[in-house]
Amino acid sequence: MYTQAMDVGPKEERKALRSAEEAQLEQRFDERIDAGGLIEAKDWMPDHYRKTLVRQISQHAHSEIVGMLPEGNWVTRAPTLKRKTILLAKIQDEAGHGLYLYSAAETLGVSRDELLAALHSGKAKYSSIFNYPTLTWADVGVIGWLVDGAAIMNQVPLTRCSYAPYARAMVRICREESFHQRQGFDALNVMMREGTPAQRDMVQDAVNRWWWPSLMMFGPPDAESVHGTQSTRWGIKRISNDDLRQKFIDATAQQADVLGVSLPDPLLKWNEARGHYDFGPIDWAEFWRVVGGHGACNQERLAARVKAWDDGAWVREAALAHARKQHTKEQAA
Amino acid sequence: MNTPTAKNEWPLWEVFVRPKAGLEHKHCGSLHAPDAKMALQMAREVYARRQEGTSIWVLPSSQITASDPGDKDMYFDPMEDKVYRHPTFYELPQAVDHM
Repeated sequence: MYTQAMDVGPKEERKALRSAEEAQLEQRFDERIDAGGLIEAKDWMPDHYRKTLVRQISQHAHSEIVGMLPEGNWVTRAPTLKRKTILLAKIQDEAGHGLYLYSAAETLGVSRDELLAALHSGKAKYSSIFNYPTLTWADVGVIGWLVDGAAIMNQVPLTRCSYAPYARAMVRICREESFHQRQGFDALNVMMREGTPAQRDMVQDAVNRWWWPSLMMFGPPDAESVHGTQSTRWGIKRISNDDLRQKFIDATAQQADVLGVSLPDPLLKWNEARGHYDFGPIDWAEFWRVVGGHGACNQERLAARVKAWDDGAWVREAALAHARKQHTKEQAA
Repeated sequence: MNTPTAKNEWPLWEVFVRPKAGLEHKHCGSLHAPDAKMALQMAREVYARRQEGTSIWVLPSSQITASDPGDKDMYFDPMEDKVYRHPTFYELPQAVDHM
């Protein structure tokens, strides 16, 4: 899973360069980026590049971690043992993705504790898609199909990101993400093919609720994107929000036909001249409302993370105390 | 041996996985763990959920000594003009050129 909120953050003014030496370093850095070069953790990088990446990678990590919560809601109520084991494996993957990404962010000189503190205080964002509730079992399938589908669209270009530790984490994540999307489609497909009318309605209802939030995952329109231009300049962002969104809609509209569900957009229509689907206006006011903390589950999600962290404190402390004790014993021996 | 720090954060470990028998271990990422035993256990959960490996090494990140990227030119570029270190430098008679 993944974040759109990467494009959402406080607007930071770029500081004026301090010295001629720094200007030269930055010029060399820009040339390297232009030549398609990759940046490693210990390489010189502009302060703003570092900050942008810390924000983006940590928001991405937070999204993976928070993303476990809507699905976790259905672990004990999955309809069969097969679906339950699949769901557990998927949720474990999300935890893994969060951990790869936290590690990548830490290579930039920020600590895990600082990153988590920023999430827990509400300072750092995570993808607003996870602030929507999972009301039925069909939501779990739709999250796989649409939410993870949108995530894959977003994440594949990140495997070519100029910051190599992030790009490497993304390669690993993308490889695993495909399972997430396919299992979601499969779960829905079974309900549509073999289910009762009520189950089919349930699938349609879930699609209706998740369609627009999924489109919002690609972030604000290019014209309004705060960080887009600079991120593109630096090779962090390779494809624009609007282009990715269009690509997702084109792919998904056909999958919806195969599944036998309709997408809740009366203006959705194939445009032969453009070679793309046209689609209706997105309610950006809703997007900003949810990003701003007023979605259905913002408080619940954050509270669950803070509680897990606080409740786990004694385990972290005990493990560390044990390690120190063993270490002292070995020293003495 | 890794010294658990005074900080409350678990120390950082680098994880190396041997993808299959006969291949070398390859760096695949890092993780936080209180000690070596837990680091190994966690490495399995984080980096080998799909049979990615047959063997795992973990070692404390603080124990790695790395070359300085600033020295890259000085370290590696002089090798560029040592073409005679490569087999293709030598033109042999056709009859024995598969050597």
